[in-house]
Amino acid sequence: MSALALTRTHFRFLLLENLRVPIAVGSAAIFPALSLLFFVVPFGFGDDVVAATSAVIQLAVFGVLSSFLFTFGVGVADDREKAWDPYVRTLPAAATPRIVGRLLTGFVFALIAIVPVTIVGAALTAASVTPLRFLAGLVAMLVAGLPFLPGGLAVGYSMPVKAALPVMQLIFFPLAFGGGLFLPPQLFPGWLQTISEVLPSRGARAVVIWAVQGIAPSLLTIVSFVLWVVATAALAGWAYRRDEGRRFR
Amino acid sequence: MSGADIHVLPDRHVARTRGVTRRFGSTIALDGVDLDVAAGTITGLLGPNGAGKSALLSLLTGLRRPGSGVVELFGGGPTDPARRRRLGVTPQETGLPDTLRVGEVLDFVSRHYPQPRPAGEVLERFGLSGLQRRQCGGLSGGQKRRLAVALAFVGDPAVVVLDEPTTGLDVEARRALWDGVREFHHRGGTVLLTSHYLDEIEELAQRVVVIGGGKVLTEGDTASIRRVVGLSLVELRAAVLPELAGVVRDEVDGDRHRLHTPDADRLVRDLVRSGVPFHDLQVRTASLEEAFLTLTEGRAA
Repeated sequence: MSALALTRTHFRFLLLENLRVPIAVGSAAIFPALSLLFFVVPFGFGDDVVAATSAVIQLAVFGVLSSFLFTFGVGVADDREKAWDPYVRTLPAAATPRIVGRLLTGFVFALIAIVPVTIVGAALTAASVTPLRFLAGLVAMLVAGLPFLPGGLAVGYSMPVKAALPVMQLIFFPLAFGGGLFLPPQLFPGWLQTISEVLPSRGARAVVIWAVQGIAPSLLTIVSFVLWVVATAALAGWAYRRDEGRRFR
Repeated sequence: MSGADIHVLPDRHVARTRGVTRRFGSTIALDGVDLDVAAGTITGLLGPNGAGKSALLSLLTGLRRPGSGVVELFGGGPTDPARRRRLGVTPQETGLPDTLRVGEVLDFVSRHYPQPRPAGEVLERFGLSGLQRRQCGGLSGGQKRRLAVALAFVGDPAVVVLDEPTTGLDVEARRALWDGVREFHHRGGTVLLTSHYLDEIEELAQRVVVIGGGKVLTEGDTASIRRVVGLSLVELRAAVLPELAGVVRDEVDGDRHRLHTPDADRLVRDLVRSGVPFHDLQVRTASLEEAFLTLTEGRAA
């Protein structure tokens, strides 16, 4: 079995397993689009090209953030509770196909989460983008997800599903709001703007806006974002090793 | 390397460990374990919960590396995926992915092996024919258990590792599963199985390795192991008891005695002959946990 064929096998299997729970896929995909429909389109933000484009971007980033936190956080916590994952590790395959399969699954769900909001944005608002900028935006989305992937893993490796779900929600809403994924941060009071700049969600938003709209973020935002990526990666590594020690029966 | 030349060599060890230790945090799970699994044999690992059986299996199936010592599967480290090509392992039934169909799970597993068995054949052998389209979550407990065991055989293995294979199975399903394991053994397959039931090990295995507290306590054929760990428990009430032969452990609580012995018949005969008054006599097989307590205390004394 070639590594490529095995990766495809693992990817297909994980995708199928997750797609069989349509409510999970659906809610992640619908929420950003509905938010745009209810909170942006009726209030006139939709008529201004720059504001509308930013609104679509921030809700798409929200979609990426939620799919990464949930697929990698709750997904991993769920795996740890089931005996299936250790079984799969005894099959004659290296760890790579399994890990790449899971990453690809996360990417697919992130993509599923940004498609509806992009369509609604294109159809019902003044948001616009050149094809090249659009592609740059897609790549930037992956970069934007960088702290949330290991962040999700860190939560997933540290606690059971019952705890991981509420913890995710607890982290996730303040993070999304504070990072300007619901309301543009320009509307925040001064103190909140300062906090916002150091949040990973703000960095994620800024990276995509930079790629699509060419609006450069502040140095503080970029430095904070990079630090978050490093910190969450270290945290995920620590949680993984700690988990290996505890999971012994 | 082709799989066939491995399991025809009669005296070759397909799996072995030498001086293996493994700790998890402050717990010493394995403490200098030597184990040999000869090709074409059924070896039973016997021990109470927490004895180190699962830890040992996790090393042999490549899930973990030992802290020190050597673990070999087909002559190499089991963490190398190539060494696991002729290995079949059973997931615990609670672990099957609920939303996937039986056929999809079989397909997923078989894609890892160079020459998998056809899905239909495997399903038939474990009495699961016709369930291909069923989601795993919709199977009965016994069906899940049998599917889990079937997965160990999908890749046409030379060695299968069965961890507590019949837990939660009814008598009929247990027989069917045992028949499947024996058939595999008759065709030259090697089996390593764990259980905390001596009866199950006796039914299948030729050789038993007894594990407790992370160590190999004793090993031998099933009859000799039965003599060591197959204790009976004689419970009775009596104000005073004479010295009785063959009692390996005596727990006294007021006038209540719990006597552990390898030969309950003789103990009861001696007791009656001694003429001591007693009542509430009960005789039952001591659980493995009780037998182990005796075994390990006996060593310490």
